[in-house]
Amino acid sequence: MAYKHFEFIEKHAWTLGILTAIMVSIGGLAEITPLFMRAHQVEPPANVKPYDPLRLAGKDVYVSEGCYLCHSQMIRALRFETQRYGHYSTAEESVYDRPFQWGSKRTGPDLARVGGKYSDTWQRMHLMDPRSVVPQSNMPSYHWLADEKLDAKDIQARMRVLRTLGDPYSDADIASAPAAVAGKTKMDALIAYLQGLGIRNEPQAPNTSAAPATDGGSP
Amino acid sequence: MSETTEYYNDHVVRLFLLASAVWGIIGMLIGMYAAAELTWPGLNLGIPWMTFSRIRPDHTFGVIFAFGGSALMGTCYYVVQRTGHARLAFGKLAEFTFWGWQLACVLAMLTMPFGITQSKEYAEPEWFIDILIAVVWVSFGVVFFASLARRRIRHIYVANWYYGAFIIAVGLLHIVNNLAIPVSLTKSYPIYSGVVDAMVQWWYGHNAVAFFLTAGFLGMMYYFVPRQAQQPLWSYRFSIVNFWALISVYMWAGSHHLMYTALPDWVQSVGMAFSLVLLMPSWGSAANGLFTFNGAWHRVVKDPAAKFMVIALVFYAASTFEGSMMAIKSVNSLSHYTDWTIAHVHSGSLGWVAMITIGSLYAMAPRALGRPAMYSHKGMELHFWLHVTGTLLYVVAMWTAGVTEGMMWRATQPDGALTYSFIDSLVAVRPDYFLRWFGGVLIWLGMWVMAWNLWYTASDARKRIINPIPVPIPEPEPKQSPAPLPVAG
Ligand code: HEM
Ligand code: HEM
Repeated sequence: MAYKHFEFIEKHAWTLGILTAIMVSIGGLAEITPLFMRAHQVEPPANVKPYDPLRLAGKDVYVSEGCYLCHSQMIRALRFETQRYGHYSTAEESVYDRPFQWGSKRTGPDLARVGGKYSDTWQRMHLMDPRSVVPQSNMPSYHWLADEKLDAKDIQARMRVLRTLGDPYSDADIASAPAAVAGKTKMDALIAYLQGLGIRNEPQAPNTSAAPATDGGSP
Repeated sequence: MSETTEYYNDHVVRLFLLASAVWGIIGMLIGMYAAAELTWPGLNLGIPWMTFSRIRPDHTFGVIFAFGGSALMGTCYYVVQRTGHARLAFGKLAEFTFWGWQLACVLAMLTMPFGITQSKEYAEPEWFIDILIAVVWVSFGVVFFASLARRRIRHIYVANWYYGAFIIAVGLLHIVNNLAIPVSLTKSYPIYSGVVDAMVQWWYGHNAVAFFLTAGFLGMMYYFVPRQAQQPLWSYRFSIVNFWALISVYMWAGSHHLMYTALPDWVQSVGMAFSLVLLMPSWGSAANGLFTFNGAWHRVVKDPAAKFMVIALVFYAASTFEGSMMAIKSVNSLSHYTDWTIAHVHSGSLGWVAMITIGSLYAMAPRALGRPAMYSHKGMELHFWLHVTGTLLYVVAMWTAGVTEGMMWRATQPDGALTYSFIDSLVAVRPDYFLRWFGGVLIWLGMWVMAWNLWYTASDARKRIINPIPVPIPEPEPKQSPAPLPVAG
C-alpha cells in the first residue's frame, strides 16, 4: 500500500474508527467462537449435576465473599499440582459454574478438590477463626456467615434464572428448595458447597489419590 | 480566518483532573490496607466490609477505572481539543460523562464491599452499574468522535488513534463480558459458564489491560511526551505501524491467563505465540517515547514531569518484556498463581500507568489551571522519589515472594514426595508482604504530596479568575503530512 492509502485513513475519523473496530474484533472472535461451538456440543457427563439448592446458595456466598481472590479452583495438568491437590481439573467439572471460579492468585491453596478433605467441624472452626486450626494462616475470619439465614424465595428465583440459562432444574428441584435450606445459615451453605467440591462434580469416580498426571507437557 | 473566538473547554478537564487525584488517593489507600491485611490478618477488625476479599475489588476498580479512567477521560478531552484546534463537541454531554462516570465509580465502590459482585476480575460491579457504565462509555465515544469530526487540522494526530481504539475496544469488551441475566437488583448470572466464561473473562481481562491500561495511556504518552520534551516524536511512521500491530495482536493473547488449565490446548498455544509477538509493538512504542527525549536529556534532569514519563516508559518496556516471558508455558507454570503475577501487575500499573498519569497530570495541570507552572517544584521532586522508591520496593518484594512460592510449590524430595506444605510457602513470604506494604505507604504519601501541590496550583481556579484559552485557528493546509506537532496551549 502506498502512503496515500494510509494518509486517507489518517485523515478520516470514521475510516479509522471502523478499521480499528474490525482489527480488535478478529482475535476475540477467532478464539471464542470455536469454544462456543464446542460448549454447545459437549453434554455434561451424567453424574455432573447442577448445584442442589443448599450448595447453590453456598456457591453464591463463595462468590460474594470474594474467596476466589485468594483461592483457585483449577488444578493444572502439572505433576506437582496433581500431587498436591489431586486429579487435574477438567472442563466438564465447571459446566454449571456461573461465573467460573478458577481464580488467578493463590494466597491460599487450591480448593477444586477440597471436598471431604476435612470434617464439617474443621471447616466451621476454620471459617470462624482460621488461626485456631492453622496458626500461621493469614486468612480473614468469616464469622458473620454463621449469623445470616438463607432466604428460600431468593434461592428459588436464582434456580429459575439458571433454568432459563439452560441448567436442567426440574420443577420438583425448585419446589424442594425451601425444605433444603430451612433454618440453614450462609455458613452451612458454604460448608456444603466446599464439601462438594471435586466430589459432586467430578466426571469420573472420585479417585483423588492415584491421579494420572503429566510432567508438564500438554495437558 | 474566522474572527469569532472559540475557547477550549477546560472546565471538564479540570473536573476529571480533580477526580483522578482524589480517586488515586482512595484507591491506593485501599491497596495499602489490603497489603496490610495480608501481613496482619486481624486488621479487618471483624467487620465484613473491611475484609481483604471484600475490599480487593475496590482497590482494583478504584485504581484502574476511577483513578486511571478519570485521568484517561480528562487527558483525552484535553488532547483531542489541542491536536484538532477545536473546542470539544457537545459540552453538556461531556459534562454528563464526568458525572456519570463518577456516579458509576461511587456505586461500584459502595456495593462491592457488601458482597454485591459478579466475581469476574476487573468486571465485578453488578448489572445495573454495568448498564450505567455502558451508557457513559457510549456518550464518551460520541463526544470524542464528534470532537474529532470538527477538528481544524485534517490530519488526526496519533495520540487520538490510541484514545479512539481505547474507547472502541473497551466498549466492546465491557458489553460482551458483562452479558448476564439479573435475578434481583443485587444478583445476576452471566450467560456463559465454565470454560467459555473463563475464556470470555480473560479475553476481557487481558484486553482491559491492553486497551485500558496500555492503549489509553499510550495515547497520553504520545501527546505529553513530545510536549514535555519540546520536540517532535522520534518517528511518526513508527508510531502508526506500532498502533496497528498492537491493536490487532493484543486481542489474540488473552489465553495466556489460562495456561495448563482446562482450556483447549490450541487456544493456549495461540495465546503464547501472540504474546511473544506482542513484545515488538510494545517495545516499539516504548523506544519511540524514549528516543523522543534524545537531545533533550538536560531538560529531563530538571523537569520532574519528564522524569516521571521517562521512568514510566522504562517500566513499560520492562513489564511488557516480563509479560511476554510469563506467557511462555514453562515460565508460566512457575509464575501462575504466585505473587510474581502481582509483581508484574504492579510494575505495569505503578511503574507505567501511575507514572505516565502523574507525569501527564503535572504537565497538563498548570495549563488547564491557567498557571505558568506547578506550585511547588520541590514537591514534584519529592513525589518522584517517593513513588520510585515505593514502586521498586513493591516490585522487588513481590518478585522475591513469587519466585519463592513457585519454587516451593514444585520442590520435591528424592523419593518424589513434595517437600513443602502450602503453609510453608506463606510463612516464607510474610516478610515480603510487609515490605510491599511499606512500599505502598511511600507511594500513598507521594499521592498526598501531589494533591497538596495541585491544591495550591489551583488557587486561581478556585477563585474563578482563570482565563479560558482561545483556540488557535490554523491556516487551511490541504497537503499536510506528516501531522504538525501539537501546538502549545
Ligand atoms: C499504593 C499503591 C498500591 C498498593 C499498596 C497495592 C496493593 C495491592 C494488593 C495488596 C493487591 C492484592 C494482591 C494479592 O491478591 O495478593 C493488589 C492487587 C492489584 N492491584 Fe494494587 N496496589 C497499589 C497500587 C495499584 C495501582 C496504581 C494499580 C493500577 C493502576 C493497581 C492495580 C492492581 C491490580 C490490577 C491488582 C490485581 C492483580 C491480580 O489480580 O493479579 N494497584 N494491589
Ligand atoms: C506485552 C505485553 C504483556 C504481556 C505479554 C503480558 C502477559 C501477562 C501474563 C502472561 C500474565 C500472567 C497471567 C497468569 O499467569 O495468570 C499477565 C498478568 C497480568 N498483566 Fe500482563 N502482560 C503484558 C503487559 C502488561 C501491562 C503493561 C500491564 C499493566 C499496565 C499488565 C497487567 C497485567 C495484569 C493486571 C495481570 C494480572 C491479571 C490477573 O491475574 O488478575 N500486563 N500478563
